[in-house]
Amino acid sequence: MLFHFSDKAITGVLSVIPKEDHLFEDELSNYNFPEKQSLKLKKVMGYNKHAYVSGNTTASDLAIYGLEHLISEKLLNADEIDALIFVTQTPDYFIPPTSSIVHQALSLRQDVYCLDINQGCAGYVIGLIEAFSLLNQPHINKVVLINSDVLSRKVSRQDRNSFPLIGDACGITIAEKKKTGDTFGISRSDGSRNAGLKIPAGGMKIPYSSQTGEMKADESGNIRSLEHLVMDGTAVFNFVLTDVSPLINDLLKFANFDKEEIDYFLFHQPNKFLLQKLADELAVPYDKMPGNIVENFGNSSGASIPVNITFNLPDKNQSPLKVCFAGFGVGLTWSAMIADIKNLDFCTIIRY
Amino acid sequence: MKSQILDIIRNLKPEFTIDETTQLVEGGYLDSFDIVSLVVELEAAFDIKISGIKIRPENFKNIDAIIRLIKESK
Repeated sequence: MLFHFSDKAITGVLSVIPKEDHLFEDELSNYNFPEKQSLKLKKVMGYNKHAYVSGNTTASDLAIYGLEHLISEKLLNADEIDALIFVTQTPDYFIPPTSSIVHQALSLRQDVYCLDINQGCAGYVIGLIEAFSLLNQPHINKVVLINSDVLSRKVSRQDRNSFPLIGDACGITIAEKKKTGDTFGISRSDGSRNAGLKIPAGGMKIPYSSQTGEMKADESGNIRSLEHLVMDGTAVFNFVLTDVSPLINDLLKFANFDKEEIDYFLFHQPNKFLLQKLADELAVPYDKMPGNIVENFGNSSGASIPVNITFNLPDKNQSPLKVCFAGFGVGLTWSAMIADIKNLDFCTIIRY
Repeated sequence: MKSQILDIIRNLKPEFTIDETTQLVEGGYLDSFDIVSLVVELEAAFDIKISGIKIRPENFKNIDAIIRLIKESK
């Protein structure tokens, strides 16, 4: 599906990242693989350090901390929030929605429109599409988009394919009506490949039981239970390498832009290898498509694009930039957007 | 080229006995993460760039398939 918005803009981005950094080398003994083999993978995939929460910290804890920071710094007035979108795969509860937890914590008005979206790595673009769509309403002028996940709590620490790159984070993005250029979006889904990324147990289909918690080794030697995230590496790698670049090319065509007119390609951060292959496929220089988030913070699913923005663009936010966002993952879902970023009220990272 | 590729794979997976007839993917010797490591090693050894769309299991199923992939990537 294609999307076109006028006079809708991102006016601020904040990332909240847990303060504990964990080094890949310190975790090597957790994995059922020869050290030499794992260290080879470290170089290729960009495994280095990643930040994740401790204890029972939740997605809403990160979000509320960030929002209270913005309010106390007078960068956000809670009374001006008209809608709150919370995108997460790791909600605090089945019921109520996590947006309701945030609504309570900030004592927001009763007419604030609250919405949870269950999305992962494509969740930033999906959330922006929803935010900009809401801004078409005459009474909605400011939307707070939250992308927050604590997926480290659902990944086995003995899964060398997934745990080294997992990071927890929260992105808070303010979207407002503003005279600006046009914004273009695109989103695709293929439910037939939904098994590519899955937490098999814990929902209504396979409720938790003593069996679902049993730790078992897969064919490669990764140890996890049915309550953990499982990634079909072959399916997901093929997906990223074959479906993402046509999406970007189709979006550029729809928006009538050449690649050279895009200042930055701020993509979801799965791992260094896939990002470099994507940049090669799109013929985009590596410095225009940063791939340094996994090695510094880990892959934080839907929050990885806001982390990318705040890590790579903080000193450039006063100059107009044309950026292309792209997120791709669970669903499978892959989405992209071309937007102007300029004069942001804030563009920074804080640690929780 | 064949022996160089075999050396790279044996170095990557020293725990297995691998020869030129081994079915690398079907036999469970290479998973997706091994293929990623192998791509990087092959690119360095043969001074090539393997296109992302060619990084598919069928192009790594055995030594002959890998040789074809290297030749196509030159």
